[in-house]
Amino acid sequence: MTAVWGGIVVMVAGCFALKYAGLSVPEGVLQHPVTVRAVELIPAGLLGALIAVQVFADGSSVRVDARLLALGVAAVLLALRVPFLPMVVVSAAVAALVRQV
Amino acid sequence: MTSDRSIVIDSLGVGLATGTYGVSFGAISTSSGLSVLQTCIISLLVFTGASQFAFIGIIASGGNPLTGALTAVLLGSRNLFYGVSMAPKLDLDPRARLATAHLVIDESTAMGVTRASRRQARLGFYWTGISIFVLWNLTTLVGALAGNAIGDPRTYGLDAAVGAAFLGLLWPRLASVKGRLVALIGAAVALGLVPVTSAGLPIIIGGATAVLLGMLWRPRATS
Repeated sequence: MTAVWGGIVVMVAGCFALKYAGLSVPEGVLQHPVTVRAVELIPAGLLGALIAVQVFADGSSVRVDARLLALGVAAVLLALRVPFLPMVVVSAAVAALVRQV
Repeated sequence: MTSDRSIVIDSLGVGLATGTYGVSFGAISTSSGLSVLQTCIISLLVFTGASQFAFIGIIASGGNPLTGALTAVLLGSRNLFYGVSMAPKLDLDPRARLATAHLVIDESTAMGVTRASRRQARLGFYWTGISIFVLWNLTTLVGALAGNAIGDPRTYGLDAAVGAAFLGLLWPRLASVKGRLVALIGAAVALGLVPVTSAGLPIIIGGATAVLLGMLWRPRATS
């Protein structure tokens, strides 16, 4: 439990520092093309990795189960422009239903 | 010229749509083993959705909380650049900057950065940021209490909801070929590492590899 609090403190400090630094640094300091390109790509790379681990990992093994079906449902709903919250709820419900049968 | 009134209404609309999905964060967080207090503190003090989801996702999969925090901070790095583009629009003195920084997130920036005047940039930014902040924290509490009452998250598919939430956050970035490629590389590398490294590391290494490869790749067709 203490370790989780430690993680929370680091996350709070880090996330706020980034927000505050952005408002405070002089314009142009962070405009180096390499920095800009890297930061543009970070969310796509990390979210891709997060999805893969969340959907397929079970401890240290890889497993295909209802989570993959739920992800497929989420993709279809997103393609149909369903808003975030209903999309998440329906996709969770599909996983829950599949596990019932 | 957009009227002040329509900016406020649009901002509240975005605030309502975004703020309510704090409920999914709250429910997933407590059913992943975090306490209601921890969950609410995270929404109150971190207040940037993707980072929050990443942190609890890594905790839920048995990862080290510090790895979770590192991933969360890396995801939060985009807020740095939102701040850079908002600063000249908002034109704040140092004290106001400290109070405002917390509100620098995807949606407030999107609703503020395109405005022609300082007045309207502030209207869009603050109405969006504050309405999301209030709702996000209220709905986090509701979700956290519900998640606590649920018991095993798998019964309600809450473990699957995390993947769906990440996909929702990723979706706008899949519009470009490069976004799709980087996301796919991140996923593939992370998955390959799951059996051989400790939880959490596949995400950071997968994400970093994807970003590096993405930066090296320049399509010839475009200038």
